[in-house]
Amino acid sequence: MTVLILGAGSDMAVALARQFAAEKYDVQLAARNTSFLQAQENDLRIRYGINASSHAFDAVDFASHPAFYESLPVKPDITICVFGYLGDQELGQTSWQEASRIIHTNYTGAVSILNVVAADYAARHQGTIIGISSVAGERGRQSNYLYGSAKAGFTAYLSGLRNRLFHNGVHVMTVQPGFVYTRMTEGLTLPPLLTAQPIDVASAIVKAARAKKNVLYVKWFWRYIMLIIKYIPEFIFKKLKL
Amino acid sequence: MQKRLANWGNYPVVASEESTFSREDQLQDLLHTQTPLIARGNGRCYGDASLGAHSISTLKYDKVLSFDIEKGLFECQAGVTLDQILDIIVPKGWFLPVTPGTKFITVGGAVASDVHGKNHHVDGAFSNQVVSMDVITSQGLITCSPDQEPDLYWATCGGMGLTGIITRVLFRLKKVETSYIKQKQIKARNLDEVIRLFEENKHYTYSVAWIDCLQKGDSFGRSILILGEHAAKAELSPQQAQAPLQLPSKKKLTIPFNLPSFVLNTFTVKAFNWLYYAKNTKREINNVVSYEPFFYPLDAFLHWNRGYGKAGFVQYQFVLPMDQKQGLVEILQRISSKGLGSFLAVLKVFGQQDNLISFPMEGYTLALDFPVRKGLFEFLDELDALVLQYGGRLYLSKDARMKQEVFWQSYPHVQRFAGIVKQYNRNNRFRSLQSDRLLLTAQPSELIMNNEELMIREAVVK
Ligand SMILES: Cc1cc2nc3c(=O)[nH]c(=O)nc-3n(C[C@H](O)[C@H](O)[C@H](O)COP(=O)(O)OP(=O)(O)OC[C@H]3O[C@@H](n4cnc5c(N)ncnc54)[C@H](O)[C@@H]3O)c2cc1C
Repeated sequence: MTVLILGAGSDMAVALARQFAAEKYDVQLAARNTSFLQAQENDLRIRYGINASSHAFDAVDFASHPAFYESLPVKPDITICVFGYLGDQELGQTSWQEASRIIHTNYTGAVSILNVVAADYAARHQGTIIGISSVAGERGRQSNYLYGSAKAGFTAYLSGLRNRLFHNGVHVMTVQPGFVYTRMTEGLTLPPLLTAQPIDVASAIVKAARAKKNVLYVKWFWRYIMLIIKYIPEFIFKKLKL
Repeated sequence: MQKRLANWGNYPVVASEESTFSREDQLQDLLHTQTPLIARGNGRCYGDASLGAHSISTLKYDKVLSFDIEKGLFECQAGVTLDQILDIIVPKGWFLPVTPGTKFITVGGAVASDVHGKNHHVDGAFSNQVVSMDVITSQGLITCSPDQEPDLYWATCGGMGLTGIITRVLFRLKKVETSYIKQKQIKARNLDEVIRLFEENKHYTYSVAWIDCLQKGDSFGRSILILGEHAAKAELSPQQAQAPLQLPSKKKLTIPFNLPSFVLNTFTVKAFNWLYYAKNTKREINNVVSYEPFFYPLDAFLHWNRGYGKAGFVQYQFVLPMDQKQGLVEILQRISSKGLGSFLAVLKVFGQQDNLISFPMEGYTLALDFPVRKGLFEFLDELDALVLQYGGRLYLSKDARMKQEVFWQSYPHVQRFAGIVKQYNRNNRFRSLQSDRLLLTAQPSELIMNNEELMIREAVVK
């Protein structure tokens, strides 16, 4: 069994690779800068005695995606889309460069590569696709609606893909991690009860993938928090500073 | 983000920034933007050595880079912890060449404190097994070893993070046939006897004694000497021999919150007495046990340090030269009559070592805990004076309160060390509360302000 991790450099990706390797999966690491993946590759091999390999992958170089997937030495049984870009909301409001980078990394790029993977899985009637989306996509808020809207698109894409591929025996899982302690969130003060460690997210994903869950909220109360947030009437919501 | 940080003794507690990195370029970025900094591993030193205004956690820089199963060479990034290494190497027939009494420390911390184990008199300290390492200094990344950039190498081993951030370490492992230890426990009626036993048994690879500090008179220094050797396959029980390199199971008990400080003492008193009396009347017990209880008896209790209560504790560890061992008696007597210390003290023997700034020197080293309370620091200052008088010194990795003059008088090569630190630590880029207190990175005038700003004083202290 092989797992492909798209966006392999992040804290969450490192934890995911280890959790799957511990379950004796071979691991394919894909990221833009492969020079940093060598250490991770050795680490997985030595700790878990599995095969690991590194592959250059650029989420926003859409045209390269078919060739990237084609070039993988073994087609993965599980593909996980971990890459994402939080970006700078304020900058993105006026800079199209920033706004488009947020949209293209979180949405367009994910759609582009997963279309390729989905075609292969559909034809072979097997495979699991896991997308790491975000609770920020469940309702747009002034503090991060560029990121949020791209993730909203991604969540909708995954749900549609799940619906379509179900009939081909392919499983699609959406993950809503909630707050996670990573390098990306280091500067923020996060509520400990609502915040998960990357390793918790990773082990929840391994378990949920085995159980073929559709939508995974890593900390269960996030499901209800988002439910409440979604049901706040718009005339009130628009006045809030969120 | 500002965080409350403390090391294992929960004293002192400071408000500090903490950043992480998982790639070298991220670390370089941190070094360019932030100043001053101090490396922090798993926070298992007891005091303030890895605390400062801004600490850099190495825990995410944790990739294993190579493991030569034939030659027993292991290479990893500095944030890998010893417990992770054991999981990898033991099933392949290798063991750590030197290990402290907890496996929850990083390789970077093992080098920066130049840690010692129960085998110092045979195998030396951790630095003895390091083949080479990378250190990011204020002058950039430098690879060093005993032959390459030796100044940097020797100032980094035991240098408490002051030469920069260790990023990669290549070190030698020890070959073992099994994951078991052939253990011998001998009861000693008093301190003289246990010292005699240490001398009689110095051919043993591992030795340590637990001393009961409460006994008076003839039983003063009543203790249990624990000796060990890696067990050969032939020495295992039939059941053990089925999987001679098996890893111990990982069940743990957690102490979830701070307990009143008498609890831990009561517990250790009971544990000791149980070993001393309940295990029948034999003077000597021989058995074959897994490496876990032999090396890491306390690791089974996660956060046992909370047993000392909210005010925290300091561990006092000193070494006296071989020919001054009568000083042990005097110091231990002072401690036991004052009654501020923990019930148990740990005694080990060191072999020859004369590194630039490492703690070990040939002699006996004693460690015990003191819950922080009124009058403690004054008392420890008195003990420092005795240690100095007997030509000994204190372990920086356990220290949270030593006065700078004690440090400068007791480490013989400190001038040279300070000079090398200056060279690789321009503008005091790497700086901890401890290095400021010991005047390695601060002038006396700066010091007071700096500490006042950082420390969150617990009401009970002083
Ligand atoms: C229960 C217990 C038993 C112990 N027994 C022993 C023992 O038997 N023998 C012994 O020698 N010690 C012992 N210790 C002490 C411990 O081994 C040392 O304090 C060790 O250095 C802790 O490592 P750490 O990774 O937790 O680092 P920290 O505690 O976070 O830091 C310790 C020092 O290392 C420096 N440092 C850490 N990482 C780096 C890096 N990457 N680059 C540069 N500097 C760095 C820090 O700046 C600091 O000065 C024990 C501790 C405990 C809690």
